[in-house]
Amino acid sequence: MTSGLFDKYASLKKSYESLVEASPRNPFGVVIERPLSATVGIIEGRETLLFGTNNYLGLSQSRHARDAAIETATSMGVGTTGSRIANGTFSLHKKLEKRLSEVFHRKHTMVFSTGYQANLGTISALVNKDDILFLDADSHASIYDGAKLSGAQVIRFRHNDPADLDKRLARTKNSPGARLVIVEGIYSMTGNIAPLKEFVDVKNRHNASLMVDEAHSFGVLGEHGRGVAELQNCEDGVDFVVGTFSKSLGTVGGYCVTDHDEIDLMRLCSRPYMFTASLPPEIIAATLAALEDIQNKPELRTALQRNSTQLHAGLKELGLTTSDFVSPVIAVTLETIPQAITFWNALLEEGVYVNLSLPPATPDNRPLLRCSVMAAHSPEEIAKAVTVFGKVARTLGVIS
Amino acid sequence: MTDSIPNIADMIIEKLLANPKVPRNINADSRIVEDLAFDSLAVMNFVMEIEDTLDVSVPLDKLADIRTINDLASCLHDIKAEQA
Repeated sequence: MTSGLFDKYASLKKSYESLVEASPRNPFGVVIERPLSATVGIIEGRETLLFGTNNYLGLSQSRHARDAAIETATSMGVGTTGSRIANGTFSLHKKLEKRLSEVFHRKHTMVFSTGYQANLGTISALVNKDDILFLDADSHASIYDGAKLSGAQVIRFRHNDPADLDKRLARTKNSPGARLVIVEGIYSMTGNIAPLKEFVDVKNRHNASLMVDEAHSFGVLGEHGRGVAELQNCEDGVDFVVGTFSKSLGTVGGYCVTDHDEIDLMRLCSRPYMFTASLPPEIIAATLAALEDIQNKPELRTALQRNSTQLHAGLKELGLTTSDFVSPVIAVTLETIPQAITFWNALLEEGVYVNLSLPPATPDNRPLLRCSVMAAHSPEEIAKAVTVFGKVARTLGVIS
Repeated sequence: MTDSIPNIADMIIEKLLANPKVPRNINADSRIVEDLAFDSLAVMNFVMEIEDTLDVSVPLDKLADIRTINDLASCLHDIKAEQA
């Protein structure tokens, strides 16, 4: 007896059923039976090229990180069974926080158990109901959820539009509370890159603070891989950098780095930091090893940039609609959901896995076929993906 | 044009009717989600357009209580008065 508990699902159920009816397989239930390498996995019993894993540097399959994890699990066990503020802080957690501070040239780091929790935990520790958050309209769900958890007033500004932020900050100039602006380095759905330097100028003019989520740009952009802030030479203007280990570093977890000394107080009021188990030691060890890879192998970033350029140019030349930004996230925009579902299924049947992203999780209400490029992709693998995109697009009449 | 609630409601209706997908028979009592078939993202994006016209910013939590065009007009009127 559920007493109407699931009545509210009626509309979701209808949408889900029509999606499943229109698709030979559930787009949200793809199973990678096992990875053969960073770029190839077994899906439905077939070798499939992976172009939708966010594994930008291929480090989920790093031998160095894997060996570090094995050695640490052997010597320290597989879990901490506790919160960071109780029994869940091992020396490895402190070591990783120190290492990340060094990598970012910042004074302090807080490590969280996931990237999602890093946004929830940082935002909810920084602002409360008396404060105002200014969010880019295309912000990730974890930023919106962090905003909700904080209780702060939330004002959206137009995506990647510093002038629109300027206008909205000006309207709140007499508000008594603190004002925090949040943007992302690379936007996860479209691959758009933030004009961060301009955002820094705007927030400085209004005496607001700035947090940047570099989840998709850490390890990817900037001479040393510190992300968009490094690329655009404006790191000094960023108060808090948040990110994840589950993209370029290939593991799981999240972080916030800052020069603000109040971080130890944040640890005492960030519920997503306090009320969850800390990262297992083998994950910390693998993340430390992956950080070494990022620092010692700048050629990974060069290869990633080259591969991103190849896929972006290939899809553009076919006549498909993508963002003008060249980043490892390259999304093909389609016009209708049925078209996107058919396209996505055909790609998978031809041996190419990408992400199907549907409204309202996409900007401007159109569906996306979201690709993520890896340093580990070979030119031949990218060429094959472009060929398959072209074949399917022509068959479906998306291009002529 | 003054920023009275009826005037703001008229302006909202005029902007909505510029979208050919919006039903033609809407009025100030029309429900934004049910009658106009707007999802949450569409509501937030539409409010951004109105904000610029009135030079106000509407915090997202205020949108949770808005059901009709009149509710939105009333909310914008109050915020405009607060920001004056």
